Amino acid sequence: MLKIDKDKCTGCGECEEVCAFGAISIKDDVAEIDHDTCTLCGTCVDTCPSGALEIESKKEEQKILDKDNWRGVWVIAEFRSGRLFPVTFELLGCARKLADKLDVPLSAVLIGNNVKDFASELIKYGADQIYIVDHPNLAQFLEIPYTNVLVELIKRYKPEIILAGATAQGRSYIPAVATILETGLTADCTELDVRIEDRALLQTRPAFGGNLLATIVCPNHRPQMATVRPHVMKALEPDDSREGEIIEVKIDESLFETSTKLLESTVEEQTGVDLANADIIITAGRGMESKENLSLVEELAKLLDGAVGATRAVTDAGWLSERHQIGQTGKTVSPKLYVGCGVSGAIQHIVGMKGSDIIVAINKDPDAPIFDVSTYGIVGDVKEVLPKLIEKIKKEKGL
Amino acid sequence: MRFVVCIKQVPDAANVRFDPEKGTLIREGVEAMINPFDLNAIEAAVQLKEQLGGEVVCITMGPPQAESALRDALALGVDSAVLLSDRAFAGADTLATTRTLAAGIKKLGGADIVFCGKQAIDGDTAQVGPGLAARLGLNYATCISELEFIKDTNCLKVKRAWEEGYDILEIKLPALVTVLTCINTPRVPSLKGKLKAKKANIPVWGAKDLGLDTSLVGLSGSPTQVVTTCVPKFEAKKEMLEGDVEEKVDTLLNRLKEAGIL
Ligand SMILES: Cc1cc2nc3c(=O)[nH]c(=O)nc-3n(C[C@H](O)[C@H](O)[C@H](O)COP(=O)(O)OP(=O)(O)OC[C@H]3O[C@@H](n4cnc5c(N)ncnc54)[C@H](O)[C@@H]3O)c2cc1C
Ligand SMILES: Nc1ncnc2c1ncn2[C@@H]1O[C@H](COP(=O)(O)O)[C@@H](O)[C@H]1O
Repeated sequence: MLKIDKDKCTGCGECEEVCAFGAISIKDDVAEIDHDTCTLCGTCVDTCPSGALEIESKKEEQKILDKDNWRGVWVIAEFRSGRLFPVTFELLGCARKLADKLDVPLSAVLIGNNVKDFASELIKYGADQIYIVDHPNLAQFLEIPYTNVLVELIKRYKPEIILAGATAQGRSYIPAVATILETGLTADCTELDVRIEDRALLQTRPAFGGNLLATIVCPNHRPQMATVRPHVMKALEPDDSREGEIIEVKIDESLFETSTKLLESTVEEQTGVDLANADIIITAGRGMESKENLSLVEELAKLLDGAVGATRAVTDAGWLSERHQIGQTGKTVSPKLYVGCGVSGAIQHIVGMKGSDIIVAINKDPDAPIFDVSTYGIVGDVKEVLPKLIEKIKKEKGL
Repeated sequence: MRFVVCIKQVPDAANVRFDPEKGTLIREGVEAMINPFDLNAIEAAVQLKEQLGGEVVCITMGPPQAESALRDALALGVDSAVLLSDRAFAGADTLATTRTLAAGIKKLGGADIVFCGKQAIDGDTAQVGPGLAARLGLNYATCISELEFIKDTNCLKVKRAWEEGYDILEIKLPALVTVLTCINTPRVPSLKGKLKAKKANIPVWGAKDLGLDTSLVGLSGSPTQVVTTCVPKFEAKKEMLEGDVEEKVDTLLNRLKEAGIL
C-alpha cells in the first residue's frame, strides 16, 4: 500500500501532478490517496520533496535460500533461417561487461539443428562458454519445446542473469520461461548494469507516467531475466583469437514434444522503409499537423536520399504506417543524421533515436525536451523551416 | 465452446501530455479506455463465437473503475464479464498478473481459447499472454494476424508474424493467442449491445474468491521492483541556431556540410 506520513507532507501537490492515474489529491494541505486507483507505480514516492510517501510491502523478505548457488551471465542466442541474428552479438557485447564486473563466465545458449558450427562465432563476439542443444526436432522455432529446453538448462546450470532479444521469438517464449521459473522478467531494457554489493541486475527502461526512466531490480528471485531490443546495445569487434568452451548438452527427448505443427514458414521480401540501415532519417511528429504536410518530410528525405521516420502520435493518427515508427514500440535507429520535425521528444521516442550521430530538431516550442538531445536546434514552425530547407538544398544540388 | 478474452484498461496515452515547463504530466481530459490491441482480441473471439457458437467471457484485473472497460466490451458482443479486483492485486508485475488471471480463468471453468492483445500500450511488455499460457498449460502463439478454426483436428490454424516474414501454425485446443491489430476491424457497439451492457451484472472476484494467498499477488507477489525513476539527462552538443528562418537554415546547412553529410 502507498502510505503517507502526514507530518512530513507539506501539501505541495507535486505528487498529485506526477500521478498518471489521478490517485492523489490534496485535501486540507495534505495528500490523500485513493487506494483503489493507485497502481503502486512509485512515481510519486520518488518525486516527493519531503519524503512523505512510501510504498509498504507486506512481503516478509522472500529469501531464495540458494541465491549464492546461482552464478554466471547467459545470453540466449537467436538462430533462425540458417543464421545468428545480430541482436545476439549486441547482447554479448553488453553481457560481457556485466560478466567481467561480476567476475563470472559469460555463456551463450544455442538451440537448433546443425548449429554447432555457429558456436565459434559466439566466442569471437565475447562468449566464454556455449551450451548447445542440437536436435532435428529443434530445427524450427516452436514455443513449447524451446521453453522446455531453456527451463531445463536454467535449472541445471543456474545462471544469475539471462539476457534475450526482444524479438518476435524472444518475446514469444522467454515470458513463458520466466513464468515457469517464477522469476521476474523486464521487457525492452535500454540500459543494463550490475550492483556489485548484492549482484543485482539494474534494468532500466522507459516508464509510463511521463518522461521517466525506471530502474528495476529482481532482488529475491533467480535468475534475473531481461529482454533487449535489437540495435540498442553495441556488439564488440569480433576477435578471432578468443577461445571458449563448447558444451553439448543432452536433454531428454520427451521435452521436444509438442502438438503444435509448423505448416509453412515464409520469408517476405523487405520492401520500402529500411529505417535500421538508413544514413539519414527525417522524422515526422504530431507537429507536422496534418497528413498533407507530411509531403514536406517526404520531399526532404528524398532529396537527401534518406528514409522517413515517425513518432507514435503520427502512426496512431494513421498518417504513416507503423513500419515508420521509431522508439520503444517501434524501431531503434542510429543514422548519421536524424532530423525531428514537430517531434516533442518523449522518452519512449528518444530511446529509439538517441544513438544518432547528429540530431537536428525543428520545433516551435523552445522548451520541447527534444532540444536536450539535439546537436542543432531550430525553434520555428515546420511549415516555414522545411520549405526553406528544401529550397536551399535544391539550389545547392542545382535542381 | 468457451472463449475468454483478457482485456486491460489503460489511460488514453494519446492524450497524456508532458508539460515541459513543470516537467509533469498533463492529465486533463485523459480518459481510461480498453487497450487498443484488446479490442481486436474481443472482435476475434466474438467472430469465432458467431461462427461456432458458444460464449465469450471478458475478464480483467484492475481497480473497481475497470468495470467500465468490461461494460464497453459487453456492448461489443461479449456475453459476460468478470472483474478481478482487490487492493491486494495492486502493483502487480506481469508474473503476479498472470497468477491472478490464471486463477480467474480456472474459476470460470477454463477456456477452449484464451485471447489476449499483443501488448498493453501502458507498459508495452507483451509478457502477460505467453506467461498466462504457461501457467494454464496451454498451447499458444503470439502476434497472430490471421486465425481459422479447423474442426477435424480441433486446431487453430494461425498466421504468426516475425521480423522477416510469417509462419503458419496449427495449434491444438485448448490454446491461447495474442493478436495484432491487423487481424480484424473491431465493430462499433450496437444499441442493443449498449443496453445489455448497462444492465449486465458484473461479478467482482477478490483474492479470497480466487483462493489466492495475498502474499503471492499484487506488489507482494511481484519479483520485480522499481528502485528508482529518473528524468534522464542527456549530454548533447546542443547548439540553438539563431536568426530568422533564412539564417537558421543557412547555419544548419553549413554545419551539415562541415560534418560531411551534405
Ligand atoms: C508504453 C509507451 C510506448 C511508447 N512508444 C513510443 C514509440 O515507440 N515511439 C514514439 O514516438 N512514441 C512512443 N510513445 C508515445 C510517446 O510517449 C509520445 O506520446 C509521442 O512520441 C509523441 O509524439 P510527437 O512528438 O509526434 O507528438 P507531441 O508530443 O504531441 O509533440 C508535438 C510537438 O510538435 C511541436 N509542434 C506543433 N506544431 C508545430 C509546428 N507547426 N512547427 C514545429 N513544431 C510544432 C509541439 O511543440 C510539440 O513539441 C509511447 C508511449 C507509451 C506510453
Ligand atoms: N490486468 C490485466 N487484466 C486482463 N488482461 C491483461 C491485464 N494485463 C495484461 N492483460 C492482457 O495481456 C496482454 C498483454 O499485456 P502486457 O503484457 O501488459 O503488454 C493485454 O493485451 C491483455 O490482453
